[in-house]
Amino acid sequence: MAADVAVVVEHLNGTIAEVSFEMLGQGKRLAAALGGKLRAIVLGRDARAAAEACGTADAVLYVEHEALGGFDPEAHGKALAALCAESAPAVVLVGNSSKGMDLAPDLAVALGVPVVTNVGAVAIEGGTIVATSRLYGGKIHAEVQVAGGRAVLSVLAGAFPAEAGKSDRPAAVEGVAPPADLASRIAFQRLIEPEAADVDITKEDVLVSVGRGIQDKDNLEIVQELADALGCPLSASRPLVDLGWMPKSRQVGKSGVTVKPKLYIAIGISGAPEHVQGMKDAATIVAINSDPKAPIFDVAHYGVAADLFDVVPALTEKVRELKG
Amino acid sequence: MNGNEPSPGETLMNIVVPLQQTPDLVEELEINADGTDIDRDAVTLQLSEWDGQALEEALLLKEAGAGSVTAVTIDGGEADAILFTALAKGVDRAVKLKPSGDAPTGLDHHALARLLAAAVAQLGADLVLTGVQSVEDLDGQLPVLLAAMLGWPHVSVVTGTELRGGAIAVKQEYSGGVMAELEARLPAVIGIQAARQAPRYAPVSKVRQIQKTAKLEEMPVEAPSGEAGLKIRRVFKPEIAGRAEILEGEPAEIAAKLVSLLKDRGLAI
Ligand SMILES: Cc1cc2nc3c(=O)[nH]c(=O)nc-3n(C[C@H](O)[C@H](O)[C@H](O)COP(=O)(O)OP(=O)(O)OC[C@H]3O[C@@H](n4cnc5c(N)ncnc54)[C@H](O)[C@@H]3O)c2cc1C
Repeated sequence: MAADVAVVVEHLNGTIAEVSFEMLGQGKRLAAALGGKLRAIVLGRDARAAAEACGTADAVLYVEHEALGGFDPEAHGKALAALCAESAPAVVLVGNSSKGMDLAPDLAVALGVPVVTNVGAVAIEGGTIVATSRLYGGKIHAEVQVAGGRAVLSVLAGAFPAEAGKSDRPAAVEGVAPPADLASRIAFQRLIEPEAADVDITKEDVLVSVGRGIQDKDNLEIVQELADALGCPLSASRPLVDLGWMPKSRQVGKSGVTVKPKLYIAIGISGAPEHVQGMKDAATIVAINSDPKAPIFDVAHYGVAADLFDVVPALTEKVRELKG
Repeated sequence: MNGNEPSPGETLMNIVVPLQQTPDLVEELEINADGTDIDRDAVTLQLSEWDGQALEEALLLKEAGAGSVTAVTIDGGEADAILFTALAKGVDRAVKLKPSGDAPTGLDHHALARLLAAAVAQLGADLVLTGVQSVEDLDGQLPVLLAAMLGWPHVSVVTGTELRGGAIAVKQEYSGGVMAELEARLPAVIGIQAARQAPRYAPVSKVRQIQKTAKLEEMPVEAPSGEAGLKIRRVFKPEIAGRAEILEGEPAEIAAKLVSLLKDRGLAI
């Protein structure tokens, strides 16, 4: 009912996305604050197995249908809207992932409720939903109050602890019939797995990671020299991959890979939420950025607020000296 | 992807690319007096990065014989510069939207989507390509809101498109380099993450020349009223968690400090 919280659980090839556990943990707290129940929603061709892993929820509703096999935004959107129209939860939490980006605003329009995007914090204040959205690459936040007591929240990965959403408790799963109309103008055709990479950056102890601050492809030489001196590979932020300067397999972040090295040196990377999501759990993070207000300094342990073209060569030299 | 050529007798399509103007993040953003928005008088606007990618993808479709490309943006700010640049890059039409009242602020994508939905209908679009997100996504990403208001299908986080008759095949990106191939029947709205190639560059001389010869079209549109259902309590700069210990000094000193720190912790050295 209007005090309940629903979490849309994302899964691929039998694995539940970490953000879903993060939302289940946070959803539990919100449901308690609202005096309602936490429901998990799982859609798919084989949704039951994923549903079983959501023991944190008071109830797990799963919908299985051939049309929900691959992610077809329209079919998934219809199934989700039908479920939410019926159960009318106060809050629906959706991950701000590729799939979530297609689902959240669409669901909000279908239900006629507000949507808040890029949510990094949420609270219930006297029955009112208050959410904080991280805007402008994380440089500015907006705290908003939702009108009408219901909302869809598109939640940033990494904003809440995943542990709070994991449970060994057997889940109370319940199969729900799909809506009669799952007709879609979109056809899911196939999944494309990435090609094997030369190095697997998720397995490295040390990464020198480079962003758009490097300015020119030829300048990559400067960071490559530091990486060579440290004996580690280079990784990168997304724009360098889109420019074709670095291979996709080296991309850290939301649409790349998540890395947890012992040491991560971020050079000329601003620290946009999509990047931070992929590296915030590195044991030691060093950031070199000429903008002292860059959000990367929020996640870094050590910061150098200076021009990379001065600092990086000096650093390379010192490393070489020490390593002999 | 290849094979974009329409088969003989097929009607050419009209691809509309809405372009958003968003603040340049290289500059420090300030908060307005009542703390409910950024200070819009003090920002430098530029073409939203992802809209630049959408424009490139649309031009690639056009070059493969798909039809024509119309770039639209709301009047004001850098509208002229952005549209003349789009013309220099090869769009067929450049349209300035003139709202009847106040233009929606960057933080009201519902209003922006409502306004664009009316423009898209007037322009008779078969396909809309626009950036998958902007740096101002407070109340939903534009392409999905726009599609929902038009009643069209949508796919977000797309990195490559190909027209196949009355449908568009797209690659949707998930995390870890995994992608999916989908086909959406037209008309549709596609949220572009990255074009198949880096956006082309329009030389300043060419933009200047276009500015002298071409004329931007103008289209009146109704200014929609707010429907996002959000009340902004405050807009603020997050306190720097102050987690990072900042190392100061000349480059050589900083390097020495950093190296000894890493050495003490048994990291890499
Ligand atoms: C669906 C989606 C998925 C995404 N997935 C990812 C992802 O997986 N990974 C990812 O990284 N991004 C991802 N992004 C993009 C993300 O939003 C940012 O655009 C991106 O992370 C910015 O990269 P950057 O920090 O290198 O560039 P910018 O934000 O442009 O930052 C460059 C930085 O360099 C600094 N700088 C400039 N000159 C110098 C100098 N001389 N010395 C030192 N510093 C300097 C600047 O101060 C600035 O902070 C995704 C976006 C979307 C929409």
